[in-house]
Amino acid sequence: MSYTINNKGYYGEFGGAYIPEMLYPNVEELRQNYLKIMSEKGFQKEFNQLLKDYVGRPSPLYLAKRLSEQYQTKIYLKREDLNHTGAHKINNTIGQILMAKRLGKKRIIAETGAGQHGVATATVCALMGIECIVYMGEIDIARQAPNVARMKMLGATVIPATSGSKTLKDATNEAIRDWINNPVNTHYIIGSVVGPHPYPDMVARFQSVISEEIKNQLMVHEGVEKPNYIIACVGGGSNAAGAYYHFLNDLEVKLIAVEAAGHGIESGESAATSVLGKEGIIHGSKTLLMQTQDGQITEPYSISAGLDYPGVGPMHAHLYKSGRAEFISITDDEAMKSGMKLCQLEGIIPAIESAHALAAFDKKTFQSQDIVVVSLSGRGDKDLETYIKYFDL
Amino acid sequence: MNRIQQRLNANKKILSIYFTAGYPHLNATASIIKSLEANEVDMIEIGLPFSDPLADGPTIQASSTQALRNGMTTQLLFQQLEKIRETVSIPLIIMGYFNPILQYGVEAFCEKCAHIGIDGLIIPDLPVDVYQEHYQALFSQYNLLNIFLITPQTSEERIRYIDSVSNGFIYMVSSASTTGKTIGFGEEQQAYFRRISQMNLKNPQIVGFGINNKSTFDAATKHAHGAIIGSAFIKHLSTHGTETIASFIKDIR
Repeated sequence: MSYTINNKGYYGEFGGAYIPEMLYPNVEELRQNYLKIMSEKGFQKEFNQLLKDYVGRPSPLYLAKRLSEQYQTKIYLKREDLNHTGAHKINNTIGQILMAKRLGKKRIIAETGAGQHGVATATVCALMGIECIVYMGEIDIARQAPNVARMKMLGATVIPATSGSKTLKDATNEAIRDWINNPVNTHYIIGSVVGPHPYPDMVARFQSVISEEIKNQLMVHEGVEKPNYIIACVGGGSNAAGAYYHFLNDLEVKLIAVEAAGHGIESGESAATSVLGKEGIIHGSKTLLMQTQDGQITEPYSISAGLDYPGVGPMHAHLYKSGRAEFISITDDEAMKSGMKLCQLEGIIPAIESAHALAAFDKKTFQSQDIVVVSLSGRGDKDLETYIKYFDL
Repeated sequence: MNRIQQRLNANKKILSIYFTAGYPHLNATASIIKSLEANEVDMIEIGLPFSDPLADGPTIQASSTQALRNGMTTQLLFQQLEKIRETVSIPLIIMGYFNPILQYGVEAFCEKCAHIGIDGLIIPDLPVDVYQEHYQALFSQYNLLNIFLITPQTSEERIRYIDSVSNGFIYMVSSASTTGKTIGFGEEQQAYFRRISQMNLKNPQIVGFGINNKSTFDAATKHAHGAIIGSAFIKHLSTHGTETIASFIKDIR
């Protein structure tokens, strides 16, 4: 079985491009060109140069000794939190802005939930001097004021999504509507491995630098090319896709995907799509999503805004259904506890998304000789207010 | 012959009206349909509301959100339509996004539509190649026409492909936009309508998006077989309720 995308844009039975005809020319233009553009020498050179000099790659692979001691196994942290703008998101926006330029696009749109992808998009637009419009749910704008300010400082226009539930999924709807209304000059930078084909594959390829580096760095640290386990959190799933990418078809490497259980799977306030979701269509992709019996998409909940999405990317739906990846769900409380533990044991304040991945160690026992790589997808600066409230700091 | 095809064969510019089921009131569906037929509308699109209607603008989206809040479901819509053919003969189309249909079960959905007397479906996010590969046989088994959209950006080659898979009419989106935008029907639109009209497609074309009164209806149908009004009708329902449908239709014809 293959875990990479097939030539029709599907991972197993998931993926495809379930889009209104109005979007067809835009998506088709991208589909026909993305692989060609990505394989151009000039593109690769510019992409790699920016990742190195601007983002600060390679990000370190750090052996977390005290954490390893605590859990009696060998834990490496892939430090995506040290990237410029504080998370893995920038790997993708750098790639897509270069793609947009080569497609001759003059205007960029993006959706954002907590604002991390919005900031990463506004950043690369400032870098390239391209107009940037970010759609953000009205409710998220209210609760993520610092990121809204960052985007504005970077020159982006932030437009509130006032429809539906006024959060990430509605911001995505609004961005798609903008693209329908501006089919010629605009490129839509999707922030995760979601949306119609070719987005999940394109974003996964831009994020695949994470696993490429893990391979090389493990060789230096351990003299082996692969770990026993890779753990990553999954909202839409872009950091996980990047961390898994070069190991997808190597079954010796076990993949663990951590979803947000929110207040608990049964609580009605959760974002654990693999458990609570069913097959369906969301944002142009056939995948697993949380929905009513009647097929209406429901609103997820997690303390972590980056995991608060009612679907998962089609790659992850396939990894789940085929059993290639093990899916674990972690509650708000478990994640917050693990986040604090990393602060105290390693001096690293993780994003709450990444704290979910770390909580897997309380759910699952590893052998002492196992090499376990955790994708530390982002830093916790953006979450300070949540940490302060939660721990009454 | 399907009711839609019969109506298209009559030598007349078609007026099709869209409304969202469950809006403005949960149980308004049957009375709106009867009233539209009584006022000599030619065809009706019944919107099956969806939480995330990507191709729609704010008006239809708000009506969908309200309809869902009112309690509309696929099952309830089918219940409301169960006896509709006892009183009306107008062509009826259900317009809905693919996910609710997928959850109902595509075959079960088609079977139910055929049982009720629905004539066609418009599913904006069901791609034509997926339809052709997986669902075309099913739709024809239940004598349901599937209506596809084209836009000013659709290539000639793709229009020919869509025409070859279609067997009712082609829904010609008037401009690159979501529903409910005011766009006008100037020379750019007319040139597009003319271009399509000159392609001599096997399916007639009906224009949608941006039609809100007599002058836009007349402009839209100059080179096309008919036009669809959606958002403007929803707006009318939201301000005037269901009592004054007659005057809304009279103003267009």
